[in-house]
Amino acid sequence: MLKINNLHVKLEEEDKQILKGVDLEVPAGKVHAIMGPNGSGKSTLSYVLSGRDGYEVTAGDATLDGEELLDMEPEERAAAGLFLAFQYPVEIPGVGNMTFLRTAVNAQRKARGEEEMSAADFLKFVRAKAKDLKIDADMLKRPVNVGFSGGEKKRNEILQMAMLEPKMCILDETDSGLDVDAMKLVSEGVNALRDEGRSFLVITHYQRLLDHIKPDVVHIMAAGRIVKSGGPELALEVEHNGYADILAEIDA
Amino acid sequence: MAGVDELIAKEGVEEETVEAVKSLAGAYKYGWETEIEMEYAPKGVNPDIVRLISDKNDEPEWMTEWRLEAFARWEKLDEPSWALLNYPEIDFQDQYYYARPKSMEEKPKSLDDVDPKLLETYKKLGIPLKEQMILAGVDGAEDMPAEGRKVAVDAVFDSVSVGTTFQAELKKAGVIFCSISEAIKEHPELVKKYLGSVVPVSDNYYATLNSAVFSDGSFVYIPPNTRCPMELSTYFRINAENTGQFERTLIIADKGSYVSYLEGCTAPQRDTAQLHAAVVEIIIEEDAEVKYSTVQNWYPGDENGKGGIYNFVTKRADCRGDRSKVMWTQVETGSAVTWKYPSCILRGAESQGEFYSIAITNNYQQADTGTKMVHLGRDTKSRIVSKGISAGKAQNTYRGLVSMHPKAKNSRNYTQCDSLLIGDKCGAHTVPYIEVKNNSSRVEHEATTSKVDEEQMFYCRQRGMDEEEAVALIVNGFAKEVLQALPMEFAMEAQQLVAISLEGSVG
Repeated sequence: MLKINNLHVKLEEEDKQILKGVDLEVPAGKVHAIMGPNGSGKSTLSYVLSGRDGYEVTAGDATLDGEELLDMEPEERAAAGLFLAFQYPVEIPGVGNMTFLRTAVNAQRKARGEEEMSAADFLKFVRAKAKDLKIDADMLKRPVNVGFSGGEKKRNEILQMAMLEPKMCILDETDSGLDVDAMKLVSEGVNALRDEGRSFLVITHYQRLLDHIKPDVVHIMAAGRIVKSGGPELALEVEHNGYADILAEIDA
Repeated sequence: MAGVDELIAKEGVEEETVEAVKSLAGAYKYGWETEIEMEYAPKGVNPDIVRLISDKNDEPEWMTEWRLEAFARWEKLDEPSWALLNYPEIDFQDQYYYARPKSMEEKPKSLDDVDPKLLETYKKLGIPLKEQMILAGVDGAEDMPAEGRKVAVDAVFDSVSVGTTFQAELKKAGVIFCSISEAIKEHPELVKKYLGSVVPVSDNYYATLNSAVFSDGSFVYIPPNTRCPMELSTYFRINAENTGQFERTLIIADKGSYVSYLEGCTAPQRDTAQLHAAVVEIIIEEDAEVKYSTVQNWYPGDENGKGGIYNFVTKRADCRGDRSKVMWTQVETGSAVTWKYPSCILRGAESQGEFYSIAITNNYQQADTGTKMVHLGRDTKSRIVSKGISAGKAQNTYRGLVSMHPKAKNSRNYTQCDSLLIGDKCGAHTVPYIEVKNNSSRVEHEATTSKVDEEQMFYCRQRGMDEEEAVALIVNGFAKEVLQALPMEFAMEAQQLVAISLEGSVG
């Protein structure tokens, strides 16, 4: 599914290297988690993979099902099946949530040469998905993320994910700003989407999200590289001992 | 094919349409220039041309005199220069002031004769089939002789709207809806009474010129206590007369009546760098209400600022009666230069004026537009919502006057002006004029300027939209309040226009 090979990335504006040789492979149907201290490059990795401006790839590559991701426009990556659940979902005043979803769904369908979804089918589809995430009709009508609570914004991200049915989902600190109940709801939403054809890359600071979304593999990222990989127990280790021990072990 | 080529030249359609036809028909030939020599009155304006126009319209003597007086006055006026607009000096003697409709043999007789690619482009603009036909120049518009209307057009026409069916229905309701030239002949008492009563001949340079040389336009009279049974529209007229450089519209809403009027300048336009100076006058009596919606998409010039329409329009509504109401809604996406301030004279007590505007400028387009709310009567109310969007190297100015006269006690105004910038080479300006001459009135003004946000763009693109889809979505959201004020079918069209007029504004 997702293969990242020796990825080096620097900021476009300043001469600052953020990623210094990331190697990562997420096979189909698997959930991989990336943990790491602040400034380790976790969010940068998600932005670079999804094609945000402001970064320059200086070496390495990334492919999705063999397709070279880094050459594509952001919308082409989306149509190829890459989805990023934002840490800070963006507000778009005046644009109804439903309109936004429908435009996105149809844009991707168009890009893949599929027929656009009819209004009736779309409505049925979105209502069913929204119900699972406890998103009411009112929230579908409101402008995208405007006046949404932290929990509502994250649920809305998962709703978009459910509607767009991506192959590769990146969750960028989806747990940030969520209380326990909201985290449970969001996790259930994600778990419902787990499928043998769909992979997840879950970026998080804390182990607690991984109690709900059980990863197959946990990676520790530090100073722009994956420094250690292991099973779910690695997350527990971080939870108990912090990153210091692992980092010391690597330096040694 | 020649017919279509000429037609496009005449109508000066969206550049994209021209491109589409070019690609289909080979090189775009400018053969129509000769055509113009043959079909248009000689260039320039003078008393002879004024008489010629009057004569072509078969007008009574009083009308000819009215025009000639206007012309004499115009000759003494100077072109105004206070607007934030920059365009080459207009040589008023280097213009055509009258264009006769092309003879019917040259026009496509039915949809089958019209270039399918052309139709497709209109479809992209969201214009229903009827208008597609009209804009494409298919016969069948009202002013054509009955024989010309035969062909398949009739059927399509009937199935979509206006046509003769509605004319009869309107008549039954007592509504008069006809061309102004017809009204001058058929209803001289009404025209004499109201023409120039809202926008006097002396009003301003362009209005004075219009008074001298207007070739046609619409006339509407809604009798007392009548709700016009359907929305009225000027769509058809654009093609039917094939002139429209100087249109004159007169709408009279008698006591307790209601009408919603749509003006669609969608897509069609003559050739490059041409002048369009229209006057719209609306009279609203006691308890009457008029809604006037415009979607203006004249040719904006090319991406280098070459050509396009200079649009100098005077629109004014006079709320004469108590509790009368007017609502202007405009979506201005076209024209190289727009100079337009649809205004409300709130004379009657408790009368109300509203102005909702979206003005989009891209490439080298310039717009100086806004409104005037002149509060004369007590307890009058006005509301202004203006959304200006600038992209490319365009300049967009909101200019508005709110004036509370001494007798306009307890009056209210609320103004909201929002500007959105796309890119860093365009400009947005807000020029509010506020005069309050009594101490019981209240005026509120809010203004914001923002840029299309990178984060919003990336968010939309990550979800699969391309840059243009994303900008269109964000801009439509920005302008939503105004879009909602439009009649349903117009709103749809306007949304698509927003997308089309911003094409090429990003990336």
